[in-house]
Amino acid sequence: MSGGPASWTSWEWIMGGLIFALLILLYMVAAAISNRNYRNWPLHRYVCWVVGMLCIGLSLIGPLARLSTTNFMIHMLGHLLLGMLGPLLIAFSAPMTLLLRSTPVPLARRITRLLKSKPAQIVAHPAAATLLNIGGLWVLYTTGLFMAMHHSLLLYIVVHFHVFAAGYLFTVSLLYVDVAPHRLSFQTRAIILMIAMAGHGILSKYIYAYPPDGASSEQAELGGMLMYYGGDAIDLFLVYWLCMQWYKSVRPRPAASMLQTLD
Amino acid sequence: MKSAKTKENQSQRIRYSARNVWSGILFGLGLVGFIDEAVFHQLLHWHHFYDKSTSDIGLVSDGLFHAFSWFATIGSSFMLADLHRRHAFWLKRWIGGILLGGGAFQLYDGIIQHKWMRLHQIRYNVDIRPYDWVWNLIAVGMILVGIILIVRTQNRTLSREA
Repeated sequence: MSGGPASWTSWEWIMGGLIFALLILLYMVAAAISNRNYRNWPLHRYVCWVVGMLCIGLSLIGPLARLSTTNFMIHMLGHLLLGMLGPLLIAFSAPMTLLLRSTPVPLARRITRLLKSKPAQIVAHPAAATLLNIGGLWVLYTTGLFMAMHHSLLLYIVVHFHVFAAGYLFTVSLLYVDVAPHRLSFQTRAIILMIAMAGHGILSKYIYAYPPDGASSEQAELGGMLMYYGGDAIDLFLVYWLCMQWYKSVRPRPAASMLQTLD
Repeated sequence: MKSAKTKENQSQRIRYSARNVWSGILFGLGLVGFIDEAVFHQLLHWHHFYDKSTSDIGLVSDGLFHAFSWFATIGSSFMLADLHRRHAFWLKRWIGGILLGGGAFQLYDGIIQHKWMRLHQIRYNVDIRPYDWVWNLIAVGMILVGIILIVRTQNRTLSREA
């Protein structure tokens, strides 16, 4: 078995494309079911899901994915789509809310119980999500894993699944746009986000200085810069959203004494 | 005679005087960080994305500071909006915070990062001394003026006036 999308047959490309088409269709069906019982599912969430799926699809199948095994800068572009922009868009399409609304009540209850369980709480803690996300990237780019991934299809799939899953977990653990049973204070999330941003920035400069195995120094410099500035752009949005949630939560409310006089 | 509105403003300013300073400090940190990166790195190309590949502590401190200043710029803007919303914005005190935060970052950059860690210099292939003196003296000046403004807008002086 050979590794990476560079050696995939056209049949494998078509199958890959069909999976993403199916996922988009599944979301539409779920939204239609939800619309029967709840307020209409907002348009922007459909857009987020479709564009998010396109981001992930582009990084895994098609010309971008084929080039990414030989060109480190293209690989990094794929990484931004798979690990940052894709997960962000998917989080904003609120798939968990949609799942709970479109499944029968007993099943929805079981899913909720699972989300509230202790293991889920530990994994969905932003500190754990940061470790999985940023820590995973450090392991990928500073060990032989990056090279090994391109020689084993299984490893390739596991790494790419991890990059997306950790990116998604990281996003939903910091921004509460979907179902979030275990909520943490703004301060805690702000500090963890800052540490994660620093970890990402430091790694991108490290890649710039020490190219991963198999990447030329010129490619590593381009890839490192893309990771640094691309990361900043996505982080800008995360920070903006987090601060906006703080701004909304501390809005001045009329004091209780004032409400009494109004009565 | 002071109108009721100014009086309400003053009591709100006193209640949120700390937030005025903090918003300024964070904004100042972010501002100087941004100027450093945009002007010196990207426009003038005086120093670069990565100047040295040996000082690992420098790499980490640089990364932390960048993340912090990126966050501070956005966070402080929301704090500023919150102060306006509460009619508690205090321009003089806020500017004091900016000068203190910006000056402190500039001095840290000039002494710790440039000289102690030798992470990067302001400029290369020139006599570096005038650049260092200008950079650090501006930083000290900003800190001093910032402290004076913050002290002169303490709650005590204001409540005595009122």
